[in-house]
Amino acid sequence: MARRLVLVFKNLRRNKRRAFLTVLSTSLSVCLVGTLIAVYGAMYDRDPSEESAQRLVTRHKVSLAQSLPIHYRSRIEAIDGVRNAVPMNWFGGTYVDNRPEHMFARFAVDQEEIFDVYSELKIPADQLEAFKRDRQGMAIGSEVAKRTGLELGQRITLKGDIWPFDPELTVRAVFEGPDDFQAFFHQKYMEEALRDIPGGGSSVGVFAIRLRSADDAVGVAATVDEMFRNAPEPTKTETEAAFQLAFITQLGNVKLFLLAIGAAIVFTMLMVSANTIAMSVRERTREIGVLKTLGFDSAAVLGLVLAEALLISLAGGLLGCLLVPAVSAAATAVMGPLIPSLVLPPWGLLACITTALAVGLGSSVVPATVASRTNIVDALRHAG
Amino acid sequence: MLVPIGYNIRNLIVRRTTTVMTALGVGLTVAVLVGIGTLVEGLRSSLESGGDPLNLIVMRQGSTAELVSMVTREDFEELKFLPGIATSEDGPMASHEVLSVVNLALRSDPESVANITLRGMSPIGVTMREGARLVEGRWFATGKREVAVGRSVHEKRAGTSIGDQLYFGKGDWEVVGVFETGQGVFTSEIWADGNLAAADLGRGSARSSALVRAQDDAAAEALVNRVADDQRLTLEAERESEYYAKQMVSAGPVQALGMFVAIIMAVGSCFAAMNTMFAAVANRAREVGILRLLGFSRSSILASFMLESLLLSLLGGLLGCLMVLPLHGLEGRIGNFVTFAETSFQFRLTAGYLTGGLVFAAIMGIVGGILPSWLAARKTVLRSLGA
Repeated sequence: MARRLVLVFKNLRRNKRRAFLTVLSTSLSVCLVGTLIAVYGAMYDRDPSEESAQRLVTRHKVSLAQSLPIHYRSRIEAIDGVRNAVPMNWFGGTYVDNRPEHMFARFAVDQEEIFDVYSELKIPADQLEAFKRDRQGMAIGSEVAKRTGLELGQRITLKGDIWPFDPELTVRAVFEGPDDFQAFFHQKYMEEALRDIPGGGSSVGVFAIRLRSADDAVGVAATVDEMFRNAPEPTKTETEAAFQLAFITQLGNVKLFLLAIGAAIVFTMLMVSANTIAMSVRERTREIGVLKTLGFDSAAVLGLVLAEALLISLAGGLLGCLLVPAVSAAATAVMGPLIPSLVLPPWGLLACITTALAVGLGSSVVPATVASRTNIVDALRHAG
Repeated sequence: MLVPIGYNIRNLIVRRTTTVMTALGVGLTVAVLVGIGTLVEGLRSSLESGGDPLNLIVMRQGSTAELVSMVTREDFEELKFLPGIATSEDGPMASHEVLSVVNLALRSDPESVANITLRGMSPIGVTMREGARLVEGRWFATGKREVAVGRSVHEKRAGTSIGDQLYFGKGDWEVVGVFETGQGVFTSEIWADGNLAAADLGRGSARSSALVRAQDDAAAEALVNRVADDQRLTLEAERESEYYAKQMVSAGPVQALGMFVAIIMAVGSCFAAMNTMFAAVANRAREVGILRLLGFSRSSILASFMLESLLLSLLGGLLGCLMVLPLHGLEGRIGNFVTFAETSFQFRLTAGYLTGGLVFAAIMGIVGGILPSWLAARKTVLRSLGA
């Protein structure tokens, strides 16, 4: 066995340039497959954090564009298992201009409880106090501070678009957390400013609900929706993860898109690999004749060719996996803010290697069979 | 003196398995690039035919989309009597419109829900969209809880057949018609009576936007400036065609990812082409020697192998374009970053992208062929013959 392996390695080394080019080509394909898997993972396969699993989002059943009455809050909070239910209004608007660093998310929220609901957002106690006290106070995420240069005490004006109201705000707090390219200000401030606008004052985009336990998620969601089923503003309540997934579904048929590109890559890889193996087998026809003369049977010849193909694919696959982080980083850079960061999950790594091996096997079956069936006389006569 | 091209073609035919496999590799790479191109061009064509150059969309200053804009009744009354606005027998051609979105599931997959644009309009709004015509049923009646749905909404989304009830605002609305607007974006919308829809959506007398028709091109230009300069109106006017053209940003990430993948695949395909050409050179070392003996120069050997590599990759490019052909005309949908709703389009294969695909293939052939060809040309006659 070991001696056969030596033979395989010797064969690989015979045309180093070809082996090298094939490995490189395979590795590029594998790293693209890995990157697509990482994109898929970032969109569909995010494991919700412990905090996120304890949260539900309630919105208008028709769509996010319709709002809910603020008085729903007390009724939701009365439900067993609900710790808080805070109103959140997407304010939108413009800060300075539409450059990406100014496009952070802006919400009008309940200043008292918002940081209890989003407990993973860390905020210094004194700053939280200052934010709560100032009706026109604003709390910004550290990413906002970093990208815009905003500092504590700085005053800014947002220009409203959905709402005919330009909030004048003072930065009172900077919080840190996994998702902190966003800013909060007081819902009450907006309510007062929009008192005279129909539908402006007392409506709410969504309620963010913090549960006592993640186990209650399904039950509470059903209770909330049942409660408002026949109201003029019916609700849809879902886990935070499901709510976020809905945004991905909005993008179109992303899965089909990724699958189509992935298939093209894998087929290309198959073609390249099959071509290489076929070329090297064809060039060695005479040698195969010699091997058979020396007593190697068909199975042994089959094994030799298969092993050679698998080794090349494996090398390409491993190298490809190593390239995934760099290629993913480049992909994130070209795709912009849509995808925050790409990490290849462990199952993705496995999928990459498996794909590479499957391609190696698939590409060598025909050449290997042809080689193993070669008739000694014909092979020795082959002009090559 | 150049080596006859027939020599290269015959060589490609003799080694047809290798030729086809290498060409397929190049072809798939080209297919990814051209495939993304059909998506981008399809969306562009859908968005471009959405706007009439004489129609102006008026929104609140700073608003980038109708959904996040507000135009009050007072502003609209002011606006519609501005000079330069076309008139019809029913008065000025101006429609006060309210926008919202409604979540609808796919007919084929109840789990796949997307925002569909709901547009409430003045009675003249329908006439102002040139090319809007009914395919089935009738238009919504003023003052009735009725809607007409765009063709692509009707085809894809559940609950949008004539007679169905759609829930939005504060109750049910009956679907009474299906309309078509050519390729345009409006086939992805649901239309209803503006006053009733706004009341249901709790907008009071305000709406999201206004659509006005200018008398002619010069008037359109003047109106844009007039609205911008008017101190009383905190509004902005923009040509409808420009508003839709800007929505091409929605294709940005798809285009970026597609290009990115295509370029990396191209590098891989170059390696594959290189492999094939190296083998071709090695197999024909003796032939190269003979060609040199016959008097062909080093440069013509180089040119000959380069040509062969180019032919190989162009064959791949053609295969790639053929693979994309079935996409043409298929209906696609994409989340629109500006309208926050779905936009339908038809994949469109354009001459530009086909040419681009062939050029892309040619580049792969040239890059992949250069080293092997150089190697072939460099060998001395004796070494070639002795090999």
